Amino acid sequence: MFTSVDDVSARLAETGYLASPAVATTVFLAARLGKPLLVEGPAGVGKTELAKAVAQVAEARLVRLQCYEGVDESRALYEWNHAKQLLRISAGPGESWDETRTDVFSEEFLLPRPLLTAIRGDEPTVLLIDETDKADVEMEGLLLEVLSDFQITVPELGTVTATRRPFVVLTSNAGRELSEALRRRCLFLHIGFPEEELERRIVRLKVPGLPEALAESVVRVVGALRAMDLRKAPSVAETVDWARTLLALGADTLDETVVRDSLGVILKHQDDIQKAAAKLDLDAL
Amino acid sequence: MTDPAERITGLVGALRAHGVRIGTGETVDAALAAEALGLGDRELLREGLAATLLHGAAQRAVFDPVFDLYFPRGVGAPDAGPADREGLRDRLAEALAADDRTLMAQLAAQAVDGFGGYGSSPGSDGWSAYQTLERLRPQTLLARVRADVRAGAGAGGDFADRLLDDEIRRRIEEFRRLVGAEARRRVAERRGRDEIARRAVRPTADRVDFLFASREQLAELRRAVQPLARKLATRLAARRRRAARGTIDLRRTLRSSLSTGGVPMRPVLRRRRPVRPELVLLCDVSGSVSGFSDFTMLLVQALHDQFGKVRVFAFVNRLDEVTGLLDHGRADPEGLGARIRAEATLTGWHGSSDYGMALGEFTERYGAAVGPRTTVFVLGDARTNQSDPNLPAVREIARRARRVYWLNPEPAEQWGTGDSAAPAYADLVEMHECRTARQLGGLVGRLLPV
Repeated sequence: MFTSVDDVSARLAETGYLASPAVATTVFLAARLGKPLLVEGPAGVGKTELAKAVAQVAEARLVRLQCYEGVDESRALYEWNHAKQLLRISAGPGESWDETRTDVFSEEFLLPRPLLTAIRGDEPTVLLIDETDKADVEMEGLLLEVLSDFQITVPELGTVTATRRPFVVLTSNAGRELSEALRRRCLFLHIGFPEEELERRIVRLKVPGLPEALAESVVRVVGALRAMDLRKAPSVAETVDWARTLLALGADTLDETVVRDSLGVILKHQDDIQKAAAKLDLDAL
Repeated sequence: MTDPAERITGLVGALRAHGVRIGTGETVDAALAAEALGLGDRELLREGLAATLLHGAAQRAVFDPVFDLYFPRGVGAPDAGPADREGLRDRLAEALAADDRTLMAQLAAQAVDGFGGYGSSPGSDGWSAYQTLERLRPQTLLARVRADVRAGAGAGGDFADRLLDDEIRRRIEEFRRLVGAEARRRVAERRGRDEIARRAVRPTADRVDFLFASREQLAELRRAVQPLARKLATRLAARRRRAARGTIDLRRTLRSSLSTGGVPMRPVLRRRRPVRPELVLLCDVSGSVSGFSDFTMLLVQALHDQFGKVRVFAFVNRLDEVTGLLDHGRADPEGLGARIRAEATLTGWHGSSDYGMALGEFTERYGAAVGPRTTVFVLGDARTNQSDPNLPAVREIARRARRVYWLNPEPAEQWGTGDSAAPAYADLVEMHECRTARQLGGLVGRLLPV
């Protein structure tokens, strides 16, 4: 899929995803070793975006399983299409029971859900299991079979094994500690806040109209905010939002008034805003 | 360079010694990763090995220094000859002003080589990061670097410039870290890598002893509170869901089976009334254990939503309720301890802790806070400064409460030594050793009522 780590960075960059060396290395290894990639990190640093970018680079189909509390087998793997089964049964009144029974549990009545879809496909696939930490613990057990052997067992049909392994990305906000067993099967990648230089490039890429000097100031202020031990440190997504806001406000440079008026774009808690204002020597809000 | 496979197994061994759990499968993956990436680019190799060997972000703090030992940037002394102190400081100031990491790393190597060496006889000599930094004093470069940056930028007056001091301080901090890594590397060359990897690398924050944690380690611990609390909260909620399902109610099952001719078709489960347990916390906040109690209070504050009622009392030798100061959403970890000491009456005529007096005052004034639904946590080292431990008061609390747990930040071997009344208290209530955040998380998860 990729020839080298540099190849990964370059091709991801073409899609508009600027990867740090850590990200590029891990993606390269995941593709090379054929292992799932578990990505952790704060919200808004581009975990989901990474999966999308990889799919775009590999010209693969993106299959996404969004996890939530209560997501279960029938949402993740497959379901039987009961309505269609009923139709089939009532359409063939003359048949014996045995004929009907074997018939309604065939491929035709199977509704594949993300995991089965990703495993069965012949085309290149990127399987994104998003916010794995939101799912219940039982779900992890289900993932273990899928992720270690790339196979799924459907009782009525037998075991479906992947002919072509999907590139798997699991994301987690660390809301819940994922099991050791699951972690053991994955390569681990923690995406933190980017280095100043990388973030500057991201801002310049996402908000092209922003003056260079302003982009630099924005990144510096955000860096200072992250060092402040706030309840919710601003993420890359917030940096970009802020840059867009400043552009829309027509600001040329950062000054006290502009920062004070737009601090709400990057900080999401009132006490964070107050704390930041005090530390940045802004007049009382 | 020696055999890479040997290096990797050595690295794995050192990581395991620091409590990172790594299986054989991961070690093999790491070797495959090393093969795929090649040994040419050290930083890529670092990321690759981290991805295959680690399972969490917290382990990274252990991994990086250990990696630096097993895959050093270079061997022996740096190529450049010994530098004079002023020349080195000049070049360091330039590197800091330009924020040039590569140059900073080179200078760190030269600095340790030039100023870090001590001793002369083999066995007692070595390299000291402390000594290097003492002689070089990079923190005194702040004003100079600031002037350099300002002069270079020319602009001035930009809003972001008021952040400059903090940025330079962070760069200096980074340089200090580089010096530390370099000194460890040099010592490791002399004394054997394995030993240094085990001894000189700091443990992860959640394994740091509360009583000996440095200021920055405490800050790191505080940042760990929120995720820890969230984890505990989900675990508690899951446990509560399970417990709410209840057991089979035999009487009602049989009764409902009458309609099916005595065959119990449908088991009836005992319904539980949802009860939010109440929590009372008694915290020793005297200087010696304050790091521990601050941390625990933060954790409880974060768990606030899980309980019907949480009341927190702080004491040194007088006791006062501080629940109001722990208001939800006002999480200000750093100020918490100071706020409590400023706003509550905690000391009488002297400043050392007196458990007997404080516990007595609790039963007297706030006895009503403890009832049959209450779980009481006492947090402290049980060092009474030779005064009466007031065992009847503890007995009284234990009689009224549903459960009483005592969490003691001292190692269990030290209980009962000197003025510690721990064994006497441990006879009356369950006492647990609780020295690190890891232990605390485990204990709280186990002991908190459903």
